[in-house]
Amino acid sequence: MRAVASLVCGFIFGWGLFISGMILPEKVLGFLDIFAIPAGNWDPSLAVVMAAALAVTGAGYALARRRAPVFETRNQWPTQTAIDRPLVVGAVLFGIGWGLVGLCPGPAIVNLASLSPGIIVFVVAMAVGTIAHDHWYARSVAPDARTLATAGVADG
Amino acid sequence: MANFTPISAAIGGALIGLSAVLLMLLNGRIAGITGVFAGLIDPISTDRAWRATFVAGLIAAPLSAVLLGYTIPIPHLPTSFITIATAGLLVGFGTRLSNGCTSGHGICGVARLSPRSITATAIFMAAAIAVVAVTRHVIGG
Repeated sequence: MRAVASLVCGFIFGWGLFISGMILPEKVLGFLDIFAIPAGNWDPSLAVVMAAALAVTGAGYALARRRAPVFETRNQWPTQTAIDRPLVVGAVLFGIGWGLVGLCPGPAIVNLASLSPGIIVFVVAMAVGTIAHDHWYARSVAPDARTLATAGVADG
Repeated sequence: MANFTPISAAIGGALIGLSAVLLMLLNGRIAGITGVFAGLIDPISTDRAWRATFVAGLIAAPLSAVLLGYTIPIPHLPTSFITIATAGLLVGFGTRLSNGCTSGHGICGVARLSPRSITATAIFMAAAIAVVAVTRHVIGG
């Protein structure tokens, strides 16, 4: 049942990205281009998507905090709180990649439905970057914690 | 602001929020695409099934939209595959290093009012805005 529940959740998430236009890199870049504000053709849609998603998530999480999940024994809330160097450096690297083409992981995966060669290149490269990180992490940072990279403490 | 689409943005954003809430209420998990994707492809992962179906659901969404008369858009991407691959590597490594992306930090983390996620979101937004400013207005792409 867990797998069915997450299939439904993925489907709803994908529809959200699709309906909002956030799978379109040009729409994301239209938001990130602040020089478009004085030019009069800025697209604030991404901010509206974020605001609506945050309102629903904030209200729903308040409910979720008071009860155990249906198909699991407990909620796996993130436990990390440190604002450390990996957080900052990782966010900078991600932001550079996001700004270069206008794709973050969710929309990139949804766009696989188009079978566009550029999307496939992006997702394969994203997978290589992910695995490269996990290998580096397992070898140099936490050689005794082989499972840490996929533990429930991850923020997202 | 001719490109602004507030109604579809609000509906889509609400659906993303609904998905995040349902995944916590049902499976007790954060709806973070970085963690879902990494846990699916990483060789050392042990809990793949729910991640695989989440990704399948993501890809099924636009396919099901075709049945309702929508067309699947072909994304506008840079012509250079080197640029695309570089961006993909940066996104894959960076999101993993900071433990989250637009969904895990930007939505789930900010909704929890996590200072860590709010910091990450501010940083990746600022970096992306800076890159777009340079590529569109300094280099003139």
